[in-house]
Amino acid sequence: MSKKILLEHIDVPGIETLAVYREKGGYASVEKALKTMTPDAIVEEVKKSGLRGRGGAGFPTGMKWSFLAKPEGVARYLVCNADESEPGTFKDRYLMEKIPHALIEGMITSSFALGANTSYIYVRGEYFYIIKILEKAIADAYAAGWLGKNILGTGYDLDLYVQAGAGAYICGEETALLESLEGKRGNPRIKPPFPAIAGLYGCPTVVNNVETIAAVVPIVNNGGDWYAGIGIGRSTGTKLISASGHINKPGVYEIEMGITVEDFIYSDEYCGGIKNGKKLKAVVAGGSSVPILPAEMILTTANGEKRLMSYESLADGGFATGTMLGSGGFIVMDETTSIVQNLHTFARFYHHESCGQCSPCREGTGWMEKILHKILEGHGTLEDVDLLWEIQRKIEGNTICPLGDAAAWPVASAIRHFRHEFEEYVKNPSAIKDVKHYHNMHNLVTA
Amino acid sequence: MAKVTIDGQTIEVADGTTILQAARMIGPEVAPPTMCYYSKLKTSGGYCRTCLVEVSKGSEKDPRPMPKLVASCRTTIMDGMEVKNMTSDKVIDARKGVVEFLLLNHPLDCPVCDQAGECQLQDLGYEHGSAKTRTDFERRTFDKIDIGNKIQLHMTRCILCYRCVKTAEQITDGRVHGVLNRGDASEISTYIEQAIDNDFSGNLIDVCPVGALTDKTFRFKSRVWFTKPVDAHRDCDKCSGKTVVWYKGEDVLRVTGRKDQWGEVEEFICNTCRFDKKKTSDWTIEGPRAISHQSVISANHYTKMVKPRELTLNNIKTIALTEGENK
Repeated sequence: MSKKILLEHIDVPGIETLAVYREKGGYASVEKALKTMTPDAIVEEVKKSGLRGRGGAGFPTGMKWSFLAKPEGVARYLVCNADESEPGTFKDRYLMEKIPHALIEGMITSSFALGANTSYIYVRGEYFYIIKILEKAIADAYAAGWLGKNILGTGYDLDLYVQAGAGAYICGEETALLESLEGKRGNPRIKPPFPAIAGLYGCPTVVNNVETIAAVVPIVNNGGDWYAGIGIGRSTGTKLISASGHINKPGVYEIEMGITVEDFIYSDEYCGGIKNGKKLKAVVAGGSSVPILPAEMILTTANGEKRLMSYESLADGGFATGTMLGSGGFIVMDETTSIVQNLHTFARFYHHESCGQCSPCREGTGWMEKILHKILEGHGTLEDVDLLWEIQRKIEGNTICPLGDAAAWPVASAIRHFRHEFEEYVKNPSAIKDVKHYHNMHNLVTA
Repeated sequence: MAKVTIDGQTIEVADGTTILQAARMIGPEVAPPTMCYYSKLKTSGGYCRTCLVEVSKGSEKDPRPMPKLVASCRTTIMDGMEVKNMTSDKVIDARKGVVEFLLLNHPLDCPVCDQAGECQLQDLGYEHGSAKTRTDFERRTFDKIDIGNKIQLHMTRCILCYRCVKTAEQITDGRVHGVLNRGDASEISTYIEQAIDNDFSGNLIDVCPVGALTDKTFRFKSRVWFTKPVDAHRDCDKCSGKTVVWYKGEDVLRVTGRKDQWGEVEEFICNTCRFDKKKTSDWTIEGPRAISHQSVISANHYTKMVKPRELTLNNIKTIALTEGENK
């Protein structure tokens, strides 16, 4: 039986409205936090809960909050990262669309815990209709006295703003997001200093994912120990998984951490098995940037145990045989999928989204895409495959922000696990129809 | 004060010093190369990744090595830190990669480029790059953009070091240029094709590490190595007036700022000094310019140029061993 915490009331009609949300116990965490708890006590509960950042990196949220600098007389900010752009990830959109007040409530409680009097929700530009939903929810919350001056008569003030991004994946990187929020070009900052010391407008700032902030609500309501009791090991609580690809039931699922991957793919409660009775070929388990794993590796770990949906189990074996939970963008591929073609799609994405600040990512992402295109069109050589491997190795770890890694890992894992497929493309070019030479986009534009 | 060891050489420096600054204090043999860092510009550096180094010991307190290579220009030292630059195979490998990335879309039109001979990318390629290219794709190209009557922007050659953007931001008012677009389509440009017309715009030419921004009053007049630089000064109400005047025969071909051993100007100069004072009578000549070992015009002036590759770990060991035997 599935455990639903965030999506418990998802099927209640009208849950997107303040009245129904309130009926179902909404905003209880705000009352409890503001009236009966100190900010430090909330941080302590979040620490106890073992909640980890749901945006992809999985950094312990309580620890992140406790790093926040608190100099006298300097404003602090909480920024919600709703710039969900990782291919294969759509859980935040679902949550914000269906239960916008869960995010607003989480923002109020979390802002109180961090001592922030102004908070922002930075929403991906393409989610234009979500912005309207959030703005409506915020206006309702203001009208009902959950936001604004002197909330619940406790003397705590909070203003909450929604800011739309302009369609750049890179603005989901927390420091690029802050730059963008300040009205500048969305280039990631060089760290240190980290946002906890100097973030938005140079002030101490915490940036958290939508799901992370929404999870603070049940933690405050029921206590950190309760939340820590759910899940497995250091992967506590529940996780929203965006399931897509060749499965019978794509969609957003809330799972308790620790169910097996096999269960998740094949049980009727979740994905419902592979479409059209085909065989499973590969899975990208946590959004396009995490390593792709072939069927046998995603279902079992290197030492023969069943792989579980948790931070630790998915990462078991390092990158040699493991992957990452990431943002929970679970992309399933059946036996008809071309790994090379899929990789080209990913590589094109990262090429398009690189900000162009540092040289390895700016030049390397484009180079990898061109080589993949060449291989895909039947002009590749075995040296090209080796070169791809070399390029990703030179990008990984050498860039300012994790976009370089995100671009390198899919290439590395595809070659590591599916090298034979690349070789097939190289050795039988006649099997590939429609042979065209690659055209350099920039030349087309400026020539 | 903090102690830091770079490639086996220890130096004590003030807190807050970056690894790169500490390495430069020790000397050119351990200083990582830089393409985007510019000591005279705040917040410069971190972009090109040529100055990546390995931190093999974090500090005395926390001796763990840093998991990734770090940009030495933006990483401050900790007491007891140990850094490997030329002695780290990882660094040399990564740097080779960076050079390859920088040259990937660089036109290599050095024979007709005004920067040739004083181009930092040429030096970097010579000292750290591979001998052959592994790409057969077309390079990206841009049209030349006119950004005023004295400066030409040849974006095709740009390596996006952001130095000119930071210069405009920090030493002039009303910056009109910056970076447009993103990824490998990003370009330095003025919006919308405005002219840069402030009194210090000429410094963009000096800070450009490649031939992307060139002096129109000097373009195609001469190869750099056929000109003779002399230190000169004049009374200027806008800047210090301390410059280098470049002669060919009796003619002053161009005027630039004075660059130090790292190729960075000591003081920014104004456009009047740079573009309008091209007669010997305008200047008080101080004497011949001391020439950096990296400059082609140093031909027959330098004693020995140490190529960094000769300083790799293995070679250092061998040299040390033979010296010991001789004693």
